[in-house]
Amino acid sequence: MSTSLRPVRSPPASELSPDLLSKLHSLMVKARVLEERLIQMYRQGDGFFWIGGPGEEAFNVPLGLLIHKGRGPQYDYCHFHYRQSATLLAMGADPIDAMRQMKNSATDPYSGGRNFVGHYSIRQWNVVPVSSPIEVQYSIAPGTAIANKRAGGRGITIVTGGDAGTAEGDFSTCLVWSSRPANQLPVLMIVTNNKWGISTHFQGQHGEKRISDRGKAFGIESKTIDGNDPEVSYRELSAAMEYVRTERKPFLLEAMVSRLYGHSSASGANRTNDEADCIAGFERRLEERGLLTRQQMDELRAQFTAELLAAHKQVKEEPQPESKSIYEHVFADRDLVRGDG
Amino acid sequence: MSNMVQAIRMALHVGEERHGVTDIFGEDVGPPLGGAFTATQGLKTAWNSPLDERGIVGTSIGLGLAGCRNVAEIQFCDYGFNSIDLLKLAGMHHWMSNGEWNCPITIMTPVGSGIRGSIYHSHSFDATTTHIPGFKIALPSTPRDAYGLLLSCIVDPNPCFFLVPKSLMRVRSLPGEEIPGEPGDDRVLAKMIDAPLGDRTSWKPQWPETPDHLVPFGEARTVRSGRDLTVVSYGRTLPLCVKAAEALVEEGIDAEVIDLRSLHPYDWSRISESVRRTGRVLYVNEDSEITNFGEHLIRRTVEELFYELAAPPRLLAGAHVPGIGLADSLEMVSVPQLPSITDAIRSLARSEP
Ligand SMILES: Cc1ncc(C[n+]2csc(CCOP(=O)(O)OP(=O)(O)O)c2C)c(N)n1
Repeated sequence: MSTSLRPVRSPPASELSPDLLSKLHSLMVKARVLEERLIQMYRQGDGFFWIGGPGEEAFNVPLGLLIHKGRGPQYDYCHFHYRQSATLLAMGADPIDAMRQMKNSATDPYSGGRNFVGHYSIRQWNVVPVSSPIEVQYSIAPGTAIANKRAGGRGITIVTGGDAGTAEGDFSTCLVWSSRPANQLPVLMIVTNNKWGISTHFQGQHGEKRISDRGKAFGIESKTIDGNDPEVSYRELSAAMEYVRTERKPFLLEAMVSRLYGHSSASGANRTNDEADCIAGFERRLEERGLLTRQQMDELRAQFTAELLAAHKQVKEEPQPESKSIYEHVFADRDLVRGDG
Repeated sequence: MSNMVQAIRMALHVGEERHGVTDIFGEDVGPPLGGAFTATQGLKTAWNSPLDERGIVGTSIGLGLAGCRNVAEIQFCDYGFNSIDLLKLAGMHHWMSNGEWNCPITIMTPVGSGIRGSIYHSHSFDATTTHIPGFKIALPSTPRDAYGLLLSCIVDPNPCFFLVPKSLMRVRSLPGEEIPGEPGDDRVLAKMIDAPLGDRTSWKPQWPETPDHLVPFGEARTVRSGRDLTVVSYGRTLPLCVKAAEALVEEGIDAEVIDLRSLHPYDWSRISESVRRTGRVLYVNEDSEITNFGEHLIRRTVEELFYELAAPPRLLAGAHVPGIGLADSLEMVSVPQLPSITDAIRSLARSEP
């Protein structure tokens, strides 16, 4: 599926160790169980709206594991959209915090009950606030990438979004600003292509054969990969990131993924059975290779299910934000991002 | 004595030298031009961006989130309307992250009429920007205030709009209103910091030593004290209000004129103190009149000062038309001018219940 301008070196599949494979698997299952719990919360009235990334775990978990997380321009800046919970779990986020945001409680560390679930914000890890307007993150990414480049280390800027959103001008903005001859930028542009924008299919809206083809005109290294395969995703992401980290130039990576519960709760959040399930596929492979047994995998899922059910019960007891807090944080009184906060 | 573009340039230089400004950028902002109005000539961190306002605002936000203080220019505010959602987002970061992030950026853009700019170089931006919570908004009418307000924008941890009335860009400071440290002789200053015509590749500015003279947000300036009525304005119309007030002395009308200078936060205590004394207030600006910022000020005036008023508060603003037509006969009636301001002051001063 490669549309690479020049071949990007990828190590062979066998280089992923058994430990890494079972870690990928465990995180993928945990992320799926979290999304299913969040949908349950929605159904039980413990949240107004659900949106998330079930079906994208095979890509999003490797992404989270490969991010250099930390604060400031020596580390990676993350400009995510709303389907990234698996990435956050792989980075080390506690799933209960996503549930707190789902329940819009005062304890929600990402927005204090102000924003929808999946709208993460973690300054300590350079995860800039996820916002609902589609694609704006692609216009913001060049700014942090300039800071990454200037800092002189290996930190890069990573921006993610869906396929339909690439029609917005912000996607072109990122292509243009990251490939300017005057200052090429270390941006990893990711498009997770689930072939849908809510109810509108990819086919009728895209004259380009692949979204990654759009990198070509700008001389941007580009590739389309099978994002339903965690081993492929891990290898390709490693290679793409290594390129961006060392060359200090952009890379456009399109990952083909599935959307297993529809767009959001607004479309019912029901399980679809006509799209590939990356976890089922990966589990078959792990079983065939003798790495994990069906029983072990069932037990793992049961364990996460029990843990997250307990977390759900805990979150139910936590307070809502106080109404008088609406005027808090309209203005900052300190410069947090420049380090004195 | 500097004009407003020179004052802006000097403030940006101080921002680079002493307040950590890392990037001053936008369309034609870097060499060789140094800005459509020359406000960014000779600055060491100035660079030319692609012709893409969304990219300019977005990149400014990204730089800000990474701790890089920056001043991003929209060449004319008329071209900033395609970026309103990004501007809203800039104003949102601190609040939506419940205090986790801040976004220390300055969006600088020329506003208003007065240079015969026709439809798309004459729009105002004050009504629009005051609808974007999370921003502080400065709109100076003198070079010294431009200098001091821009520095306040630069050091503030929040996103700030620095709106520049383009018709006042070449107007010089009045005696006594110099920027501390600037040379008194216009020609000396021009030699030091104006880029020469022709080849500029080896030119380097010589910056005068100017101090941190900051004009704080939310502090209006009483430009002229008066007994009979209060006139509150900002930007292009401010000097016209002063002129009108001075001319009306002859007719026995003594108007107080307040330059609001910052639109958010704004100096309500100065306005209300003045209106309590005079009982009459006229708000003047040139944005179109429906959902105008002056209407907000009138709402507060009515709600909080009603029983102290001797006459209904008035707003003199731009006509509610889509744009400002090029012909003199069109521009003159589209936005307040000296005669209409003089008439409005006179009629308010003389109105009887
Ligand atoms: C600017 C903007 N327009 C419209 C919407 C409403 N909306 C939310 S998600 C969505 C579809 C996005 O599709 P895609 O980019 O493919 O991402 P996906 O949700 O499929 O991952 C739309 C239209 C929005 N949030 N922002």
